[in-house]
Amino acid sequence: MTAVAENKPAYDGKVLDLTGKSGARAFKNTLATVLIVLAFAVAMIPLLWILFTVVSKGYHLLLSADWWSQSQRGITVRRAGGGAYHAIMGTLIMALITAVIAVPIAILGAIYLVEYGKGTRAAKVVSFMIDILTGVPSIVAALFVYAVWITVFGFNRVGFAVSLSLVLLMLPVVLRSTEEMLKLVPDELREASYALGVPKWKTILKVVVPTAFGGIITGVMLGLARVMGETAPLLILVGYSKNINLNPFNGFMGALPTMINQDRTELALPNAADRVWAAALTLILLVLALNLLARLIARFSAIKSK
Amino acid sequence: MSSPDGTAPPDRPDGTAAEEPRIEDLVHEDAGPTPRFGGLASEHAEHEAAAADAEVMTESGVEDAGTTTAPVTPTETGGKLELGPVGHLGDRLFGGLARGSGGLVVLIVAFVGIFLLALAIPALIDDKSNFLFSRIWEPGGDQPRFGIAALFYTTVISSIIAMLIAVPIAIGVALFVTYYAPKRLAAPVAHAVDLLAAVPSIIYGLWGILFFAPILRPVINGLSTALGWIPLFEKPPGDNVGVVFTASVVLAIMILPVVTAISREIFAQTPIAHREGALALGATRWEMIRLSVLPYGRSGVVSASMLGLGRALGETVAVLIILSVPNGNDPWNSSIFAGGETFASKIANNAAEFDSPEKTGAYIAAGLVLFVVTFLVNSAARIIVDRSAPGTKRPRRNRRAGAATEGASA
Repeated sequence: MTAVAENKPAYDGKVLDLTGKSGARAFKNTLATVLIVLAFAVAMIPLLWILFTVVSKGYHLLLSADWWSQSQRGITVRRAGGGAYHAIMGTLIMALITAVIAVPIAILGAIYLVEYGKGTRAAKVVSFMIDILTGVPSIVAALFVYAVWITVFGFNRVGFAVSLSLVLLMLPVVLRSTEEMLKLVPDELREASYALGVPKWKTILKVVVPTAFGGIITGVMLGLARVMGETAPLLILVGYSKNINLNPFNGFMGALPTMINQDRTELALPNAADRVWAAALTLILLVLALNLLARLIARFSAIKSK
Repeated sequence: MSSPDGTAPPDRPDGTAAEEPRIEDLVHEDAGPTPRFGGLASEHAEHEAAAADAEVMTESGVEDAGTTTAPVTPTETGGKLELGPVGHLGDRLFGGLARGSGGLVVLIVAFVGIFLLALAIPALIDDKSNFLFSRIWEPGGDQPRFGIAALFYTTVISSIIAMLIAVPIAIGVALFVTYYAPKRLAAPVAHAVDLLAAVPSIIYGLWGILFFAPILRPVINGLSTALGWIPLFEKPPGDNVGVVFTASVVLAIMILPVVTAISREIFAQTPIAHREGALALGATRWEMIRLSVLPYGRSGVVSASMLGLGRALGETVAVLIILSVPNGNDPWNSSIFAGGETFASKIANNAAEFDSPEKTGAYIAAGLVLFVVTFLVNSAARIIVDRSAPGTKRPRRNRRAGAATEGASA
């Protein structure tokens, strides 16, 4: 602030110009503006570059109907043809199982934090644990499930094990966003419901949750988008299969990330490279679609704040 | 969240400890809610909940926003309001379910730690070399010898460089979105940065090694020529671009959205009185930011950087694809222009080796160390957030939740 005082123009009989700035300050201001705009430009380059690379290299395979309806059964790395049906279905099935397990726990956990445990020590412990879970790397989640599912129980590597590890990654995302949404529900709504003699649990189920529903769905979709792109659990917990396998409890399963991983060492072969980029584009489209859908829902179902 | 222990009167609705009044407290936009009837209703519900639950709830201290400002605090009420046992069974069931889910989360995290530990310990006991300080990794066999020193070094150095690159850019982007971009442009720009987080990491890896690494070659050669006398920047022979430095730059791009999102939220919360005060004193836009926005958001940015660091430490597939694994015979190289393996990439690279419990145990021990390191980094981030000034509480959530809230409240 002293700089400001020192730079106050002395009155010398001319018109007092309060808008003027000393050269150094104006220069610093311009420099900062340039740097900040530059930082933004630097951040945008990789996004546009990645999207351009994947789209331009992958789009032509996506135009054929085979890509969406065929598997890679019997297609060797040098040959063209086949599709990604097995991998798309695998990704969707594992994500669906993950959501079925994670979403109820996440929503109930958020209800506990906001409606029941608020301010208690127990809630703080739960909240801290969720923070920990948010930071658990996917490879550690996968190792944990490997330790339980395969080392301790002796089961096989199957799609369901992947879903279990993805639950650990999806749970905190959905729980936190649901918690934020429930917090946004105005207390007046709860009070009005209590005043009518509605018990607490019914108030939560019929008033609070429906009010926050759009936001909860948004959280679920963002959580799904996160787990669909995960590769590490797939590498450890299920083998890649070129055939269509829709049973998450038996046998290896294809998935888009492992389909990319399968041929990534053979990128010198044009057909393999085409497949890799097409699978990458499919995966990006899936994840981006979920993200955009989530944002649209969020926009149109926002809780009106006073 | 630091909780007042009942001795300090809470002066803010969100339960932050009372401290000497500052301008932001006095003019904060969401200054305390007016006393509401909610105090009674939720007090009743909480008494009921307390009765149903075996756990002893602390009645003193922080209640929710409604009760702290209610004219009578629960502890002072002589007799509580009796409204009759409305929906008792349903409340018990539903409340139990909700509590059970909360407990389940605690159990899951505890189990992750316990299981990893239980499976790692036998392997650690068999380990013939020093687990913490050895750079050898030869698990399995009669004489298993493995240590994490090399993995730890590569993991930490790559993540720290990533953080050093990402944080200044993230601050710039966050300032651009909050105070420089035209209003109409700000939201699309913020979403575009968030989209960076939506790109799956395996695609970062492929793009990083095939398209991005080649343009880093001049940077790598330039840096190693200029600074090669420092071991950290020494360039090993060969023309390898799958090095730690490349992985760091790609990691920086990957953690950019996390750091940006949290910094953005913090910067946007700078009290308007601080900003306008600075401007009214004749500050330029940059001076306004330096004098009001940056000091206000400092702790938030620090914790955002730590969260980004945590993300970088655990990143698996992108690092796996980019980093070239050094030959077994090569001497270990501490340079960032050499290849290497991180905890995560080592585990993923050797998933096929999990055939015997001894070998698996070694990798699980490595995973456990990674878990502990990310745990410490993330906890440090939380502690910084919790200790910091009021208003810096918001980044407690992760990036996606924050973005969702922001989208919903827009």
